[in-house]
Order: sequence, then structure tokens, then C-alpha cells
Amino acid sequence: MTTHQDSTPRPPHQVLDGTDIARVVTRIAHEIVERAKGAEDVVLLGIHTRGVHLARRLHGRLAQITGREIPLGTLDITMYRDDLRLKPARALEHTEIPPGGIDGKLVILVDDVLFSGRTIRAALDALNDIGRPRAVQLAVLVDRGHRELPIRADYVGKNLPTSLREAVQVRLSDSDGVDAVLVGDRDYTARSSQALASQPSEPHLPE
Amino acid sequence: MKRHLVSAADLTRDDALLILDTAEELAQLSGRAVKKLPTLRGRTVVNLFFEDSTRTKTSFEVAEKRLSADVINFSAKGSSVSKGESLKDTALTLQAMGADAVVIRHHASGAPARLAQSDWLHGSVINAGDGTHEHPTQALLDAFTMRRHLNPGLGQDLAGRRVTIVGDVLHSRVARSNVHLLTTLGAQVTFVAPPTLLPIGIENWPCEISYSLDSVLPKTDALMMLRVQRERMNAAFFPTEREYSRRYGLDGTRMAQLPGHAIVMHPGPMVRGMEITAEVADSPRCTVVEQVANGVSVRMAVLYLLLGGATLNDARTDSVETAQ
Repeated sequence: MTTHQDSTPRPPHQVLDGTDIARVVTRIAHEIVERAKGAEDVVLLGIHTRGVHLARRLHGRLAQITGREIPLGTLDITMYRDDLRLKPARALEHTEIPPGGIDGKLVILVDDVLFSGRTIRAALDALNDIGRPRAVQLAVLVDRGHRELPIRADYVGKNLPTSLREAVQVRLSDSDGVDAVLVGDRDYTARSSQALASQPSEPHLPE
Repeated sequence: MKRHLVSAADLTRDDALLILDTAEELAQLSGRAVKKLPTLRGRTVVNLFFEDSTRTKTSFEVAEKRLSADVINFSAKGSSVSKGESLKDTALTLQAMGADAVVIRHHASGAPARLAQSDWLHGSVINAGDGTHEHPTQALLDAFTMRRHLNPGLGQDLAGRRVTIVGDVLHSRVARSNVHLLTTLGAQVTFVAPPTLLPIGIENWPCEISYSLDSVLPKTDALMMLRVQRERMNAAFFPTEREYSRRYGLDGTRMAQLPGHAIVMHPGPMVRGMEITAEVADSPRCTVVEQVANGVSVRMAVLYLLLGGATLNDARTDSVETAQ
């Protein structure tokens, strides 16, 4: 009997630290201003949970760069998920559309990890019911590949080629106490941040 | 959450708050141009109404349609029930048609419980009022309305709030469901009614009883007036309607005795001039219309939490089995 070396799970290793994440957010903010020609009609919408924190940070950077307040909102896509029926019903998060609405605006969706693309598909469906933006763009901190739908990000913090056996974990000080992006084996890292977001393991949920 | 919603007493504090918080999120939907969510696409909900109802039935129907469920209305009049079909056979028929949930209103107390305990149906059973027993979604929408006025915010309960329920408690399923739910949420409930309109055994309910409306009014945060249910009255419960109205009806003078923040509620339908005067019914402190709007949000929340995730009709996974 031979034991393969890679059958023992590797501990997760850090690929981005706090200063890396800060630099990435700053760069994406500059890219948004450049591509949106001053970000006049931009609306930022963070997707729960960590997308909301990232959107808030991006909002702060954009305010510094442009000197204006960019409308900021949050989007809960639970009701639009395609895997709702695989688990008991989940609690809803708060959706907050800025007072100006999204009609005719350039909506930039913000999320932490782009993986299968299904979350973004659900977000696009949700947007469709809320209004008619001029255009929709996507900003993510990490693109880990393995798309299952024809979706691509417009602003990427870091491209992270991964295998499906690996899990990407984004930690942000707002919810996890520390800023970091970790990659480890799926078995080792109990759950990726995406699995965390989609799993109703919190105590306030029905079991 | 359990698989069915038959009694407000089945709800734990966490269940109740989850429903209220979910309803708070879903209430935003009514301000949108597209008031629809795709969540219950492909689910079939049957509204099985053995008793007349306008607002509850309409409210459930709006909630079901906003969640994109397929809605089938089945009323006793003009159906096989009027030809003598039993509840069991009706339920087996609905099961054969693949109903994922049955919203039932029945004139017999306990009919929804019978459906929920039987294996006639695999779907969820939601009680929309059974006889003089319970009406849990009404209690939830009342609690939702009270929370918005008296203790707003997600995760908040009604701890320490004083709720007074006045009128025909004997025949009121609304009162029964409310006393369970409001107690679970920490409120203190006081019933005010003539002794003939209080049910036997009420001393075992978690509530206080008073026979004088005027003495309770200054200590009330939410005052709920109940309709005198003439259709269920087969005996003389009080001498005349005028006497009832003078002792237990709410008019402008009585409303002025309430604390400034207190609200006046009514589950509807109101009988103006009987338990409530037009002056009170039309005043801004009366939340009747708001209660109807909140009813849609609360029923959407209940439907979503019972049917939105995995259910028994889907693959029978362990997680669902234990979810009961």
C-alpha cells in the first residue's frame, strides 16, 4: 500500500495579505474611474456577505479619487439561487438599492471570489427585477476559474489558478477579524468562503 | 421551522423572529416596479377554502403569485365537497395532483392538524383559520405590525409590550393564535370581554383577564378589537348589541385614554358602530389597512421558509427528514 504524498491535506497558505488586498482595491478603483470615464453614473452593489465589505472599501477609495460620493448598495441573491432546493430555506440578507435607483446607471457588482459564475447569474436576474441599468460590470477580489456559465469579470484583483480540490478562503477584517486570501485543500480548509456563504450553518437558521 | 404551520404555539421564538425578519426583507418588494420573485417557480400551492374569506384568501394568493408559485384555488362551494366528499378524499386528490403546499381554511377546528398528521398529503399544510381554533398567519402579521410600531428593527421581539385584545374571544381563532405567539415573543396579553364571551379554561392561558375596558386602556401599547362573530353565535351571549357596544366598543373618547404611542388594531372585517366607531376606524392610529399590507409580506415569508428550500416532495434527503 502506497500513500500518495498529496493525499494528506495541505494546510492553507496565504496568497494575499492585508496590504495586498488594500493595493488591489486601490487599483480596481482607479480602473473603474479610468474605464467609466470619471465614474459619473456608477452604482456599486456588493453581493452578500464579503462582497458587501469589499464594495464598502471600494466606495471609500472611489470617494478619495473622484471627490464624490458614489452610490453604494447591497444585493441579496438568495431568492434567485439555482440551488435553493438542495438545502433547507435560508435566511435572507438585506438588499438595499441606493435612493437614485439603478435605471440608466452603470452598475458594478462586487463579490469576493468568482468561481462557477452561478452567484453572478443570480445577481443579474435580481438586477433584472430591480431596474434597467445602462450596463453591468463585475469586480472580484479573486478569480479562481472553473466557470460553469459564460460569465467573466471586468475588474479582477488576482487571478488564482486552482484545482477543484482546493478551496479559496477570503477573510476580511469586517467579518473575520483579519484581511487575507488563503488557498488550501478542500478537506483541510473546512469550507471555502463560498461554501460558507451558501451553507445555512448559522444558528439563527432553521435546521 | 417545522414542515407545517398549523398552530402559532408550534413556533419557537427563533422561528417567529426568522419569519418576521424575512417578512421585513420581503416587504421591500412592494415598493418595486416588478413585485415578483422566482423563488417558488414550479411549486404548486392549493388554496383549500371550506369557509368564506376575502382578505386571507386574497392575501395568500397575492403572496403565492409574488413568489411565482402555481396557484390553484379550491373552494368548497361548487366543488365535489358540496357533493359530500370527505376531507381525506379531497386531500388524496390534491396529493395526486402534486400539491407542494395546501393552505387550508376549514369551519371545523382541527382540520388542518388532521391533514398535517395524516399521510394523505406530502406537502406542507398551512392553517389559514380553522373553526374557533387558530389562525397563525394572522397572529404573525399582527406581531409584525406591532413590532414595526413598538419595537422596530430586525431581531427585535415584543418583550414587555402590553397587548389588550377586546371582544369575542370565545369564537376568535385570532385571539387564540395571538396569545400563543405574543407570549412567545415576550409580550403581556390581556383579554377584555364579557364573561360569556370568554372560553372555558382561559385561566390556564398565559394571559390576564379583565371585564372593564376603561381600566386597561391607559396600560396598553397595542389594542386589538375583535369582531363579534354573529355567524357562530347560537345562544344569547349579551343582552343587546347596544349594551355590548357601550361597554366593549371603542370610540373616540376611549381611544383618547390610550398612551400616545399606542396603536389600534383589528383583524377585519370591521363592523363599524359595533366594536369600533367610524371615528376610530378612520383615525391614523388604526392600523387595519397596514395589517392587510403586512399580511402579504408575512405570508410570503411563511411560504418561502416552508417551500423555498428542500422539501419532502424533492429528494428525501436526511437533512429534510431531520428538519421536521
